[in-house]
Amino acid sequence: MTRTRSLRVDRVACTGQGLCAELLPELIDLDEWGYPVLKGRAVPGELRAHARRAVAACPRLALHADRDRP
Amino acid sequence: MTTLALTGSPLWYASRASGTLALILLTAVVALGIASGGRAAPHRVGRFEIGLLHRNLSLLTLVFLAVHGVTAVLDPFARLGWAVTVVPFGASYRPLWLGLGTAALDLLLAVIVTSALRRRLGVRRWKAVHWLAYAAWPLALFHGVGTGTDTRLPLQLWLYAGCLGTVVAAVWWRSAEAGPGRIAGRLLTAVAATAVPVVLGAFLAAGPLQPGWAQRAAATTILLGGGR
Repeated sequence: MTRTRSLRVDRVACTGQGLCAELLPELIDLDEWGYPVLKGRAVPGELRAHARRAVAACPRLALHADRDRP
Repeated sequence: MTTLALTGSPLWYASRASGTLALILLTAVVALGIASGGRAAPHRVGRFEIGLLHRNLSLLTLVFLAVHGVTAVLDPFARLGWAVTVVPFGASYRPLWLGLGTAALDLLLAVIVTSALRRRLGVRRWKAVHWLAYAAWPLALFHGVGTGTDTRLPLQLWLYAGCLGTVVAAVWWRSAEAGPGRIAGRLLTAVAATAVPVVLGAFLAAGPLQPGWAQRAAATTILLGGGR
C-alpha cells in the first residue's frame, strides 16, 4: 500500500511560471497573475505520475508533493 | 570492389562526428535553457515541453560527449590517455585547444550533477552552478574550432556560424525580454554576445584558417603547468 501524497506550493519561492498548471490542470489552476491555485491538495492515485512531473518541472522548486503521514 | 578512402582510424571519424553533434546539441540545449529562463511562451508548444526538451537534450549531449571522449582517447594516432577526459590542459596533443574541451566537459558535468541533485541543493545553489553552462558553451565552441580536424571545411564553418548565431540571438532575445533595469547585467551580456563572435572570427582568420595551423596548435601550451 503506497502512501498518498498531497500538494503544497511554497508561496515564497513561487514566481508564477505556470508550468505546474500546464502539466497538472486537474489539480492546479492559475490565478489572474499566473500563480497557482490548488483545486485540491490530495493527489489521486491516477494522477501521481502527472503530479511528480509537475513537481519536477517547477523551475523554482516551489511545488511539493508531500507524503501524507499514515 | 569499393574502397572508402579512410585516412585514419574509424575511431577518429567517430570522435569528430560525435564532437560536432555534441556541439550542435549543446547549442540547442543552451538556446532552450535561455528560452525557458526568459519565459518563452510559444503558441504551439507548451512551456513545460521546452523545459523537458532542455533536460532530455542535455542528457543526449552527455551521451555524445562520452562517445566523443572515449573514441578520441582510444584512437591510436593522438595517444591521449584517459586523464585528458577530466584534467584540462595536460594533453600531449594540442594541449590548449583540447584542454578547452575538457574544461567545458568538467563544467557541464558539474551542471548536470547539480541539476540531478537540485531538490537537495535548493534553487539558489543549483542556479549558481547552472550559470557555468554559459562558460562551457564558448569553451566547447573554441575547442571545436581550435582543434577540430574539420574546421577548414565550408560546411563545418557554416555549422559553427549557425551555432554561434543561435546562441547570440537567444541571448539578445533574453536580454530584451528582461525589460528595463538591470543595466549592468544587460550591458555585460551585450558585450559578451558581441565579443564572442568577434573574437571567434579574428581567431579563425589568424589561426585555423591559416596554413601551418596544425604545427602551431600542437605547440600552443599554457604557462600554468600545462603541456609539460
